[in-house]
Amino acid sequence: MIRFEQVSVRYPGGAGPVLSGVDLHVPEGELALVVGRTGSGKSTLLKAVNGLVPHFTGGLLTGRVTVDGRDTRDHRPRDLADLVGYVGQDPLASFVTDTVEEELAYGMESLGVAPDVMRRRVEEVLDVLGMAGQRNRPLVSLSAGQQQRVAIGSVLTPHPRVLVLDEPTSALDPSAAEDVLALLQRLVHDLGITVLMAEHRLERVVQYADRVVVVPGIGGHVLSGAPADIMLTAPVAPPVVELGRLAGWSPLPLSVRDARRRAGELTARLAAVDPVAREPRPASPVVAAVAGLVVRYEPSGGRPALRGVDLRLHAGEVVALMGRNGAGKSTLLAGLVGLRTADAGTVRLGVEAAADPAKLSPRELVRQVGMVPQEPGDLLYADTVDEECAQADHDAGVPPGTALAVFADLVPGVDPATHPRDLSEGQRLALALAVVLAGRPPVVLLDEPTRGLDYPGKARLVQVLRSLAADGHAVLLATHDVELAATVTDRTVVLAEGEIVSDGPSREVVVSSPAFAPQVAKVLAPAPWLTVDEVAHALRAG
Amino acid sequence: MTIGWAGALRPLHPGAWWMWAIGLATAASRTTNPVLLGLVLAVAAYVVAARRTHAPWARAYGFYLRMGMAVIAIRVVFAALVGAPVPGRVLVVLPEAQLPEWAAGVRLGGELTLEGLAGAVYAGLQLATMLACVGAANALANPRRLLRAVPGALYEVGVAVVVALSFSPQLVEGVARVRAARRLRGRPHRGLRGLRGVAMPVLEGALERSVDLAAAMDARGFGRTDATGRRLAGALTVVGLLGVCVGLYGLLDAGSPVALGLPLLLLGSVVAGAGLAVGGRRATRSRYRPDRWAGPEWLVAGSGLAAAAAALLGAGLDPAAMQPSTSPLVVPALPLVPVVGLLLALLPAWASPAPEAAADDAAEPRSTRAVAA
Repeated sequence: MIRFEQVSVRYPGGAGPVLSGVDLHVPEGELALVVGRTGSGKSTLLKAVNGLVPHFTGGLLTGRVTVDGRDTRDHRPRDLADLVGYVGQDPLASFVTDTVEEELAYGMESLGVAPDVMRRRVEEVLDVLGMAGQRNRPLVSLSAGQQQRVAIGSVLTPHPRVLVLDEPTSALDPSAAEDVLALLQRLVHDLGITVLMAEHRLERVVQYADRVVVVPGIGGHVLSGAPADIMLTAPVAPPVVELGRLAGWSPLPLSVRDARRRAGELTARLAAVDPVAREPRPASPVVAAVAGLVVRYEPSGGRPALRGVDLRLHAGEVVALMGRNGAGKSTLLAGLVGLRTADAGTVRLGVEAAADPAKLSPRELVRQVGMVPQEPGDLLYADTVDEECAQADHDAGVPPGTALAVFADLVPGVDPATHPRDLSEGQRLALALAVVLAGRPPVVLLDEPTRGLDYPGKARLVQVLRSLAADGHAVLLATHDVELAATVTDRTVVLAEGEIVSDGPSREVVVSSPAFAPQVAKVLAPAPWLTVDEVAHALRAG
Repeated sequence: MTIGWAGALRPLHPGAWWMWAIGLATAASRTTNPVLLGLVLAVAAYVVAARRTHAPWARAYGFYLRMGMAVIAIRVVFAALVGAPVPGRVLVVLPEAQLPEWAAGVRLGGELTLEGLAGAVYAGLQLATMLACVGAANALANPRRLLRAVPGALYEVGVAVVVALSFSPQLVEGVARVRAARRLRGRPHRGLRGLRGVAMPVLEGALERSVDLAAAMDARGFGRTDATGRRLAGALTVVGLLGVCVGLYGLLDAGSPVALGLPLLLLGSVVAGAGLAVGGRRATRSRYRPDRWAGPEWLVAGSGLAAAAAALLGAGLDPAAMQPSTSPLVVPALPLVPVVGLLLALLPAWASPAPEAAADDAAEPRSTRAVAA
């Protein structure tokens, strides 16, 4: 269905080709998963399928890309719109209209589909999406998972035979991601649509794939094959696969279910060992205290986003803040830095818990609390890394060179003259962290830090967070990434509907939760193992 | 035509609401009588309350009403501070600045009279009422649905306006996000000093988003239809509409010769019509559930136009009642014909289809997202 023949792509001004000599064939009705590190050319590969590369993005494409026999050389993206549905990374950015029903019809209107056919297909797709009840809702009022489903639905109505998706679940909480994946499963199984998608969070998707395509980055050759074969050597792998590699299972399990069925012997071996309990921490001072916090959706008097939250952060601990999209995680973080004022209750920062963040001047604030927002780029506006760090030193009133030293520590070997926009996702996060850490605030908040980070990037983030905690910072991490939370946090707080529903040691909280348990915990339950590293360590010791 | 329009199970054509609102605004533009203006406001408010939906744009009426209040306040402040002195009962004496001779007839400060104040309030109220009428139209009809009804030849223009409309709320969200980020960096996020630091990242983000949107639209088949004759259609339409505007101006402006107005208006209409015809022929797009124009639409639009006609008629019959004197200040009269016309404009509160009850879970405000991100 999709065929690449000796395809190379080069952008003007780029150091080398983004893709070189790609030969790839995805047969009809397969779900193919594109994996690779950040910046390896996954998005370029996806955009070449419907001709956005090079017709829209520019650049030079050599070789041939055909979809169902149509060559992208003489078909513009709009001429392939009836054959290929393309869903970009940010669904909200791709919406042309403002209600669900009109968005679903938009593509068909452009293609000139007859009105009665349009009406029928919109109803059908609403059923496929499971969103008939929300047909008249404004798109901006939908949850992130619903928006992603509408974005998929809006390219389904013209009845494409190929669906191309760029990171469809990266921004979603675990259960919303499952809804979207279930939808894709249904399209592949019931309607025979060919799906090509890129995704960083392999632990969510690899079990559904019929084929895995590895894009190794500059210079390497694109590999494609059955998931179990490819995963044996792939540079990126979900925890369940790593556990399989560690235990030497063959064929490699890709889903928790497969792994559980083979785990009998491993469970027996581990039964004798207790998971390495993290050292109980000596009682450390409280550096942030939230008491009875109520924050309403503006304007005041709206529905409460937080309904009486109590939370204390101690120096030197890493705490995960989890919960559905819209549960109030971001509002709690905004309250901690004084961006939202409390409608009731108090927020206090500092060692004596004396400072109210909403009343601090920006300059005093950065010495009490640092926050990296969901888009780390929002914090950056200088033209070079060097300048950015110098400004951060100035703002925090610390000796010049402090922030740059932190940055060089986080990601060594980056030219300080680089423009922040030219950094990779992980490097940009590191720069934002360095800027925030310049003032050495006792409390550090991170909002979804792993969006767009690949596994090596996450591994580096884990080291950074651990060393922050060792230095006595309290770190609060709002995240959907259960694997990261399991690896690095001591304590997990779960929010639902603006209330804290559980707060305790991560091991106890996540192991028992179906949504927030990491894969290793699911495989080895009821034994409380959280990460592959722990298991490896125990096996070596045993 | 059948009775039972109110039972029509579809939203009204947005054009009908706009014609109704323009009719009310026209009526308001013909009078400074505060009683009549108050009646216009009440009629608009009642119909909005009866027929608006739960969509975000349905809150527009209150916003425009507040804007109108600001207009009145500004008018009053200016009348008190500057402008020609109005003789009459002095309410308060403000300190007056001595102006040089060449500025004779203009004053700064000085006496504020009841008559001067009344004049300012009347004029401000008129403007506020017209604003409220626009607000009512916005609250009752999604402005984007109105754009869907533009003829095929103007489709690209319509899309551009739709994109621009969605651009502004995103810009507001972007500003909130970047200002939050500046506070996190310990920078000033308000005032002039904060402005440059906020503007650059917001514009960068907005540009990136528009490129994303353009890619998405291309991938979904936008502009796939045959482009022959597009330029011709566009040029004819624009030139024709310009002709219509100049012609209308010539007709309405007492100073210009009628010989200029009427022929230009006719010529412009013909050229614009030809443009639309050429453009409409090439368009192979289809429309999903196009808005129909039937009985209820005629009734709603007609009731607005009736209010406008009654006000025009009233202005001819009894000019004094429509423009009550403020110097000397008199109690405004209540002219019968305009009042009946305005009451007719209340009809849509029953004659238009009722909005459907809020579906399952009504739209949640997600405004915290911008700040909290």
